[in-house]
Amino acid sequence: MASSSVVQGAQALLQEQEETIEERLNEILSSYQGKKEELIPVLQQVQQVSGYLPEPAMKRIAKFLKLPESTVFGVGTFYAQFKLVPSGRNIIRVCRGTACHVRGATCILGEAEKQLGIKPGESTSDLEYSLEATACFGSCALAPVMVISNSVYGRMTPARVKEVLANVGGEK
Amino acid sequence: MSFAEIQKRAMAEWEMLQYSQTPRILVGAATCGRAAGAEAVLRAIDRELKQRNIDAIIVQVGCIGLCYAEPLVDIIKPGHPRICYGNITPEIVAQLIEDYLVKDNPRPDLALGTIGDGAVDGIPHLFDLPVLKSQLRIILRHCGFIDPTNIMHSIANGGYAGFVKTLGMKPEEIIEEIRRSGLRGRGGAGFPTGQKWDLCRRSPGEEKYIICNADEGDPGAFMNRSLLESDPHSVLEGMLIGAYAIGAREGYIYCRAEYPLALERLRIALRQLEEYQLIGDSILDSDFSFHLKIKEGAGAFVCGEETALMASIEGKRGMPRSRPPFPAVSGLWGKPTNINNVETWASIAAIMQRGATWYTGYGTGKSKGTKTFSLVGKVERTGLIEVPFGITMRQIIYEIGGGILEGKRFKAVQTGGPSGGCLPSDFLDTPVDYDSLTSAGSIMGSGGMIVMDEATCMVDIARFFLSFVQLESCGKCIPCRWGTQQMLDILEDIANGRGRPGDIELLQELAESVKDGSLCGLGQTAPNPVLTSIRYFRDEYKAHIEEKRCSALVCNALVSYYIDPDKCQGCVICLRSCPAGAIRGGKRVVHVIDQDKCTKCGTCLNVCPPRFAAVVKASGERPAIPEEPVAVGLASNNRGGQQQVWPLQAK
Repeated sequence: MASSSVVQGAQALLQEQEETIEERLNEILSSYQGKKEELIPVLQQVQQVSGYLPEPAMKRIAKFLKLPESTVFGVGTFYAQFKLVPSGRNIIRVCRGTACHVRGATCILGEAEKQLGIKPGESTSDLEYSLEATACFGSCALAPVMVISNSVYGRMTPARVKEVLANVGGEK
Repeated sequence: MSFAEIQKRAMAEWEMLQYSQTPRILVGAATCGRAAGAEAVLRAIDRELKQRNIDAIIVQVGCIGLCYAEPLVDIIKPGHPRICYGNITPEIVAQLIEDYLVKDNPRPDLALGTIGDGAVDGIPHLFDLPVLKSQLRIILRHCGFIDPTNIMHSIANGGYAGFVKTLGMKPEEIIEEIRRSGLRGRGGAGFPTGQKWDLCRRSPGEEKYIICNADEGDPGAFMNRSLLESDPHSVLEGMLIGAYAIGAREGYIYCRAEYPLALERLRIALRQLEEYQLIGDSILDSDFSFHLKIKEGAGAFVCGEETALMASIEGKRGMPRSRPPFPAVSGLWGKPTNINNVETWASIAAIMQRGATWYTGYGTGKSKGTKTFSLVGKVERTGLIEVPFGITMRQIIYEIGGGILEGKRFKAVQTGGPSGGCLPSDFLDTPVDYDSLTSAGSIMGSGGMIVMDEATCMVDIARFFLSFVQLESCGKCIPCRWGTQQMLDILEDIANGRGRPGDIELLQELAESVKDGSLCGLGQTAPNPVLTSIRYFRDEYKAHIEEKRCSALVCNALVSYYIDPDKCQGCVICLRSCPAGAIRGGKRVVHVIDQDKCTKCGTCLNVCPPRFAAVVKASGERPAIPEEPVAVGLASNNRGGQQQVWPLQAK
């Protein structure tokens, strides 16, 4: 996975992305047939590897699937999952579903903002952390919840936010 | 291998496990269990067994629905009934292994209940507990009992027998059976499933598709996730039956990306089906062929709408289109397509295994069978429940759910997600079925049931849902894109103390336009939470607008914090903790909050020692307080003759 090399910072990340994008894309695209319906899975896989959808990659995908670049960009901007700029190595997602909302998600999000010093949708300048407010992860019975790389943390309190964040990606 | 042979092998494997002379430990390892710490418990079990050299079989099962007591661990000692333990930690599980497995003390103090035949002194039967007693488990019958990653467990418990039975039936007979069962779509709208299948079957065309809608997007709902994680085969069996009855050779499961474990378990289940030739070409050597693909969503709520979902499968932006033509005539790639929800598919399997007559024995006149709900919010026992239609809200919330959290008062129950509504206590005794909920102004929806107490503000809830649909509106049609934005703006004004007379009426007028003018279900139902909250909680809206008061103390702009001079002991804890530096005072001097500087973060309320409880959160009135800090004990003399009006709304 590329993600371990990404931590060096935005500069290195971008440079590295450009250098290897062609190579990695070829590898990804080789497992697809070039059908239009493959667009979303292709974008998902590219994002999984790169952490976001770099513009050159979208152009290349458009060519591969014989789609206008605007279509690829349109799909890339439509779905919440896709990012057009690099996001942090650790994505902290705070659930804002109904159950979490009535059980204090606002305080949880507020505490995460305070701890990380960023607002939802932003990343720290060292690209270590990104914060997202999302609805809903379907762990409503354990509301409020927070999700960090597919691990769901249930029954959160502001104090637990601090504790969990302190154990994510080393130090903060 | 014939199905009878597969069944025989499955039974042998299952019975070997049931009658094993080795103790078994079952751990609920669905997402909710994991969120509560099941993985750490699993590691602790492993470690403990190794250290003590105990031989035991560990099975990761799905979710039995008692999420409030997660993580759950069940222990079955040979010759003893299965005992279910709740709120397990790594430390407790180590103790349990020592006490029960080594020393034979079943620890009734930690047990929730026993499952199956036999009894243990001091431990009730799990299914006799109020939380389970009025539940009826048809869809969830295997959840928490089988290993969802082992198809043999499913087959040994009747899985795929319904499908194999249908292979010997005419498609029309299957559809008739489903029609007779009275099954209605469990995704929310409640369209009769048999009729839907019939329309698609009769549609001209060789190529047809079936789709399982697993894009469970309603915030506060997780029934489909739990079912897919705990018993994916019941859904797949339903799809096989549907494909055969409708005449589809290809199908899709569209599952949201936020459910990684459900996706993983579906993929495993699909591989196992292939292994036993229960899917693919010439299934079980019959003429029937069916191929199924899993499509991962990409985070768009609107893709739960069927035409948007199909656009997304085709690789496009998930935007709905106008209907007709309906998907049964022109759906995926223009071909006749039948879409059903996860729970509908799972119900099909149960109906075909046991027959429509049996199924119609449960439920009410026009709502047959059972429905799963995610019972969450301000309720003592949160979890996934399955009940027959006709049960009342009161039974669900008070018997199964154990009442309101912390003994507070019930205010409303929200059903149907962003398309539904908030029902007040007048509806607690209304039977839960499609038609009753619709006539009350809400909808059945997919099954989210969020309980709200007196500390929930209905204006805030309306704003919450509207901001959700506003964000998720795909933008294709104006009434939804801009109408919801306008409504949200008005609600923001009301919640922030800028509400004006006439706002309520304006909201209602806009709501009707959005409902009438929107293209798809998202926009057509988006105003429902606003309309029902106005209908049943108009006074709260009026208090926000006219008195600038939020009685639930939720809308921050209408809330202030004060320090009760009679209670403050001048301990300086809040003064030191205030991030805004808004508190003045000193040791043994009553503190005063500078309202201009206060950011209303609530830190002072949280840190004030409970034995003083001097910080008061209030809305709508300004209590008389000393203007300057005074020595503790002198406060009541320093109010300048004003009458004491507080505490107003002590938390």
